[in-house]
Amino acid sequence: MCNVCSVCIAFLMILLLGCGAGNKEGQFHPFVIPANFPPPSYRFKDNKITQAGFTLGRKLFYDPRLSRNNTISCGSCHIQSAAFTQHGHDVSHGIDDRLGTRNSPPIMNLAWSATLMWDGGISDLDLQPLAPISNHVEMDDNMENIIRKIRSDPEYPGLFKKAYRTDDITTTRVLKALSQFMLMCVSSHSKYDSVMRKEGGVTFNVDEQDGYFIYQQKCAACHAEPLFTDLSFRNIGLRVTAVKDPGRYAVTLKSSDRYKFRVPSLRNLAYTAPYMHDGRYLTITAVLNHYTDLVQLIRGIDPLLIRKGRPGITMTQEDKRKLVAFLNTLNDQQFVRDPLLSPQ
Amino acid sequence: MIISAVGCSNKGAQGTLVPLSIEFDNIAGEQNLQLGTGVYRNAEGETYSVDFLQYYISNISLTRTDGFTYTVPQDSSYFLIREEDPKTRFANVKVPEGEYSRLTFMVGVDSLRNTMDISKRTGVLDPAGGMEGMYWEWNSGYIFFRMEGTSFAVPATIDAKQRFRFHIGGFGGISAPTINNIKTISIDLTAGGTALVKKGAHSNIHLMVDIMKVFDGPSQVRLKDHSQVMFSDYSASIAKNYSTMFRHDHTEN
Repeated sequence: MCNVCSVCIAFLMILLLGCGAGNKEGQFHPFVIPANFPPPSYRFKDNKITQAGFTLGRKLFYDPRLSRNNTISCGSCHIQSAAFTQHGHDVSHGIDDRLGTRNSPPIMNLAWSATLMWDGGISDLDLQPLAPISNHVEMDDNMENIIRKIRSDPEYPGLFKKAYRTDDITTTRVLKALSQFMLMCVSSHSKYDSVMRKEGGVTFNVDEQDGYFIYQQKCAACHAEPLFTDLSFRNIGLRVTAVKDPGRYAVTLKSSDRYKFRVPSLRNLAYTAPYMHDGRYLTITAVLNHYTDLVQLIRGIDPLLIRKGRPGITMTQEDKRKLVAFLNTLNDQQFVRDPLLSPQ
Repeated sequence: MIISAVGCSNKGAQGTLVPLSIEFDNIAGEQNLQLGTGVYRNAEGETYSVDFLQYYISNISLTRTDGFTYTVPQDSSYFLIREEDPKTRFANVKVPEGEYSRLTFMVGVDSLRNTMDISKRTGVLDPAGGMEGMYWEWNSGYIFFRMEGTSFAVPATIDAKQRFRFHIGGFGGISAPTINNIKTISIDLTAGGTALVKKGAHSNIHLMVDIMKVFDGPSQVRLKDHSQVMFSDYSASIAKNYSTMFRHDHTEN
């Protein structure tokens, strides 16, 4: 059989499994590409997800040994009930009560995210955990030390053996297992998804349908379906704060990238407050008010936010109410409760 | 710069490979470099001490007097020179026998390796392999050259301990093009002595690496103005300066 055929068949199998929705709650299932999602960007050929690899990754994700004094795990700032963000914290709250400068982004649909972090500084999910692990205000440790700790643990060598057929614990194996867990954090069971996939006759109500139309007119150019982000970096005219976070500029050193940040997904907003790269807006209402009333005409502002020389997006109160009704269809209860993704 | 361009075919590489070493002997002008204790003065008259010095050497190739160029297989061609550990001053490679008159290497880590799967980052490239501090986790990429120390020229308003820190990297970017500080060095060994590589002998190409050139090179670096140079446009000046710090002193055959 040619390679192309086998790839197609594997793809079909994934789709079929995805349609079944017959997975028992909390039980491992293969990685699924939701029927309404595009092909993922993650290189699965370099890291095939297995039950043992995923289970190991989940244990690592929730293990505070990944921090200098064994107090902070990945799950500390990426809490499942908050769609894997740190609910209620404007900026991440790390080791020794230190604070970061940015809002914890969700661990969600990362298989489709070719770049990571608010500034896109990382382009490979396998390398991503190195950033919080080494960051002095997050976990403040290093891989060498973490591997030493994991090796001396009675449980890990057996789990590595199951996942990799060797109990030799290496950087690659730790990071790939973490990726396996994070890749499985797929949020695709919102009401919106059911409507799009025509599942069980689910439909939008009138407000949601109107809101969907408003979303398409006012938001979709950046928050593109079905991920609700086009994965680009944009300057949305936020007032520059004392932190003077340069955003994407720190990575590209291009002056036109100053104050640009990743377009975040609109999925699961009910669980992920506060909003923006620095968590400055506590409610969705505040975010919508930003777009109608508070957009600053600063250098590098996204052209989509300028109309007739004035910054902002026009929306009535009624538009906002309906838009919120639509945005609420993007909340995925199954995702935030899925026992498969919870600490065991 | 994509390194595959350097990887010209090794045709003619017959027979067994023989060990050859390249020694990176860090000095400061006319003095041996003394970490922490030595005090040096740049051309601007600023005195400084160096207490940390590490850099990557990679993608080594050697050219024989008959014109044949041997490129060391890339997986065996990454070295981290760490001044605090004398063992690391040698880049140990294996090459076919012959008389070599040109040495070429990269200071830093090529862009291809910088974007490779984590499983291809072993040895000195492994984030758990004792290379701590030579990788930007937040902006994926290796730090090619890192030198730190103290100087009274560093304004206390910039750093209370008056430390200077040069962390130089940048391979051109992944998701968007940005600075590229990869430097390829090519040195003619004829004047200092060709490397005679043959079975049973051990040839060592002894390079002097003058860290004063980091300040006093094509650009004059003033610690008063540039004491904390990391991922920034100015890093290109430091990289250009350190690309001039390698000099072939002699070859031990």
